[in-house]
Amino acid sequence: MDQFLTFGIVGLSTAAIYAVIGSGLVLTYTTTGVFNFAHGAAGMLSAFMYWQLTVGWGWPVPVALVVVLLVLAPGFGLLVERFVLRPVQALGEAERLVMTVALLSGLIATARWIWDPNVARPLPMFFAARKPIHLGPAVITWHQAITMAVAVAVAIGLRILLYRTRAGAEMRAAVDDRALVGLTGADPVRAGRVSWILGTQLAAIGGILIAPTVTLDAAQLSLLIVSAYTAAVFGRLRSLPLTFLGAVVVGCMESYLTGYLPQNEYLPGLRLAAPAFLLFLALLVFPHRRLRGRERRLARVPVPTARGTLVFAAVVIAFGAVLASLLGEADLITYGAIFSLGVVALSYVPLAGYAGQVSLCQLSMAGIGAVVWGHLGAHGQLWALGAAILVSAAAGALVALPALRLSGVYLALGTAAFAVILDRWIFGIPAFHVFGLRIALFDQGSVDVSGPRLFGLRLDSGRELMVFAAVCLALASIGVAALRRSRFGRRLIALRDSEAAYATLGGNLLVAKVAVFALASGIAGLGGALYGMQQRTVTADQFSLIAGLPIFLVAVVGGLGAVGNGLFAGTAFVAPTNALIAIAPGTANLVALLPGLAGVGLGHNPDGIVSRFRRQWEPLARDRIALPILLCVLALAWALRFTDVINDWTYYGGSLVIAAALRAWASARQAEPAEPEIPVEWWGLRRAWRPEDEEVLARGVAAG
Amino acid sequence: MASLQVSGVTVSFGGNRALDGVALTAEAGRVTGLIGPNGAGKSTLFDVASGLRRPSSGQVRLDGRDVTRARPSARARHGLARTFQRLELFGRLSVRDNLLVAAELGPERRRADRIVTEILHRLELTDLADTSPDALPTGVGRLVEVGRALAIRPKVLLLDEPAAGQDVEETERFAELLRALTDDGTAVVLVEHDMSLVMAVCDEVYVLDLGKIIAVGPPEVIRSDETVLAAYLGDA
Repeated sequence: MDQFLTFGIVGLSTAAIYAVIGSGLVLTYTTTGVFNFAHGAAGMLSAFMYWQLTVGWGWPVPVALVVVLLVLAPGFGLLVERFVLRPVQALGEAERLVMTVALLSGLIATARWIWDPNVARPLPMFFAARKPIHLGPAVITWHQAITMAVAVAVAIGLRILLYRTRAGAEMRAAVDDRALVGLTGADPVRAGRVSWILGTQLAAIGGILIAPTVTLDAAQLSLLIVSAYTAAVFGRLRSLPLTFLGAVVVGCMESYLTGYLPQNEYLPGLRLAAPAFLLFLALLVFPHRRLRGRERRLARVPVPTARGTLVFAAVVIAFGAVLASLLGEADLITYGAIFSLGVVALSYVPLAGYAGQVSLCQLSMAGIGAVVWGHLGAHGQLWALGAAILVSAAAGALVALPALRLSGVYLALGTAAFAVILDRWIFGIPAFHVFGLRIALFDQGSVDVSGPRLFGLRLDSGRELMVFAAVCLALASIGVAALRRSRFGRRLIALRDSEAAYATLGGNLLVAKVAVFALASGIAGLGGALYGMQQRTVTADQFSLIAGLPIFLVAVVGGLGAVGNGLFAGTAFVAPTNALIAIAPGTANLVALLPGLAGVGLGHNPDGIVSRFRRQWEPLARDRIALPILLCVLALAWALRFTDVINDWTYYGGSLVIAAALRAWASARQAEPAEPEIPVEWWGLRRAWRPEDEEVLARGVAAG
Repeated sequence: MASLQVSGVTVSFGGNRALDGVALTAEAGRVTGLIGPNGAGKSTLFDVASGLRRPSSGQVRLDGRDVTRARPSARARHGLARTFQRLELFGRLSVRDNLLVAAELGPERRRADRIVTEILHRLELTDLADTSPDALPTGVGRLVEVGRALAIRPKVLLLDEPAAGQDVEETERFAELLRALTDDGTAVVLVEHDMSLVMAVCDEVYVLDLGKIIAVGPPEVIRSDETVLAAYLGDA
């Protein structure tokens, strides 16, 4: 009984922290409509700053608390509100989501840059030297007591703020209707600002309170917040009292699992994954939402032509072959990921670009593909690659079940929870038998992965595997382009544009969503298997939620609807970062920040870079003089590099400069002399009326 | 047997009853009008009939089959199609592809391309086939939505303010289209604020006010019904 009470108190103390953090999350979501994936990371950063001030620089605790909670946290909240989220406030939910995911990724990279993750940083508990309080058989430390008292104070404070103050009334009004609240003389921007300040302060309080009880690690601390997310989902991201109740459930569950979970090698990870499990279940039993109506701010999805797709596929293979012919063995492993992770990134195109299903677990699906290939394809049997794709697809279909009920932020949360369950528990369990069949994952360590056997040849060198991965990316790109032109592709786009219209025309939402999740996961599984082949050995950490976020961000920056995004995302994720590190090894930390910065900077450009790139380079592709010249120059440069006449930098730099110059020349050659612009009211008077003018006017009127 | 039969349907939003025991019958080959002031519950009734909203009580039957608990997609497969008051076009697809998605989901999916070509021609939308619906004026967009609904070859067609945004000439053409549809045996339910259109094409008119049916009858009777006039113009 004493043990039960002790674990109960630990659970309540943890629950208090989750309640504080979760209430901050609910506060910002309800008043601004932004679900802040970086909320936990803000708490993590505050904990690190608090450690720096108190332990690092020896400042007194009260002073450090004042500086962190009253200066740094509010300042950070204001900066985020002003420069990260306000610019995308008018855009869709997906763009706002990307911003906070970029922030999460960026903050983790920043913390790892400033505070070396290899150095242990113990943070003392509050009043650690004092004797604990004895309440009957239960023992409560001062840190636990303070934590619970803070949660109670936060609950009372929020109640008073929301129901007894003008700022609170504004915030509650902004929840109901942001546009309307402006008409009543209140200021929704101010309400948003106050909620960001308060939300960040609550995250900071939670971070500082939880840090002494866990390892001060950027990723772990940011992910501990999954528990706070679960609490917030209990409150349906709206109700503070239910959030507090959810926190109690999660905190006590974690604590009692620690105390009473049977000790064996399969279950320790379950305790770590339990909050994510609960989050997944809570999302599953979430009340049915009505079918989503039409979303009006969607990026266009270009229709690739068959010829264009084949040319693109040839370019991908040629690019792979050129790299394979020039790179050394170590670089082949590093840069081979361009194509394998490119396949993973390509999986976002049908899933998020066409069907609008935001998934944060695509790299986890790649992990499944890698591990299945690693075990079944040890001798290079090609059928095992099919098995890797099928098993990943089956896992994807499983994720699709909550997708029927969820969309937007809830779906992203559900897929993130799935990634955490895989990462913290499933990937780590030892091999087991089902009906005599041995099932092994990462076997609590790493898995050796070998290359495939193709037409009697064993592809095992970095060179062969790079070309093989490039061919796979090319084929997958052709497949995704064909999907866009197909009946199923049209249905996916229709489903995204208006679920309600799609369903009332006879479309089955469950079938479509399960199919697209399975398809995308199969593609990601293929990418994972290719990545494993190139790396030779893979561990579960390489396929975690945190590892997958930068790939997601780069894919978003590329433009989720573009088939060329696989090559773009793979190249942008792998090449510049590794090249920069090769030039200046000291920039590794800065490089880790790049995907986050790119996400923050370009996430509000929904069309993406690939479409813009295509438009800019189209004149060169159409030019019958410039294009052959370019191809000849590139072939010559390759020959010079291959025979060691020129070095790498001259080859890559020179090729880029020549291509850019020819593009500019082709654009100038094709530019038509500009016609003097005549205002619309003079059409038909100062120049002849044209049949297309009627349509232009109609479009103008329709656009308002 | 009635193509669509709604009986005793009640829908509540919090404490407010948006629909209160509503009954409506639509027969094949006839246009049934559903009119009423804004907020009367017309679109909510369409949502219930098409399965987008589940009623707290009441029944929806299609060709005598109880579909009250059926999903929207199942009702569409039983021959029910609808348009929306707030346009629900697939903005990232062309006009042709909007219709093609529907035709491929309908019972004649093997003839989808031909069906789409026929409908585009019938609605005089052929020239706009490759245009994005977002670039179209509202009135034309509504016509595209009607075409998309027709592409699943419906037996019952629910039209929610299809003539809004159309000029007089377009409305007249639309009235002809409705007559042609009923000649083909389709049951049409028309929600419309353009009373001249309602009176010209409807065989029977239901009047909905504050969630209740306050009058049912032929247009000429409804036109002079005291209760209806009071609902529209106020008691004063």
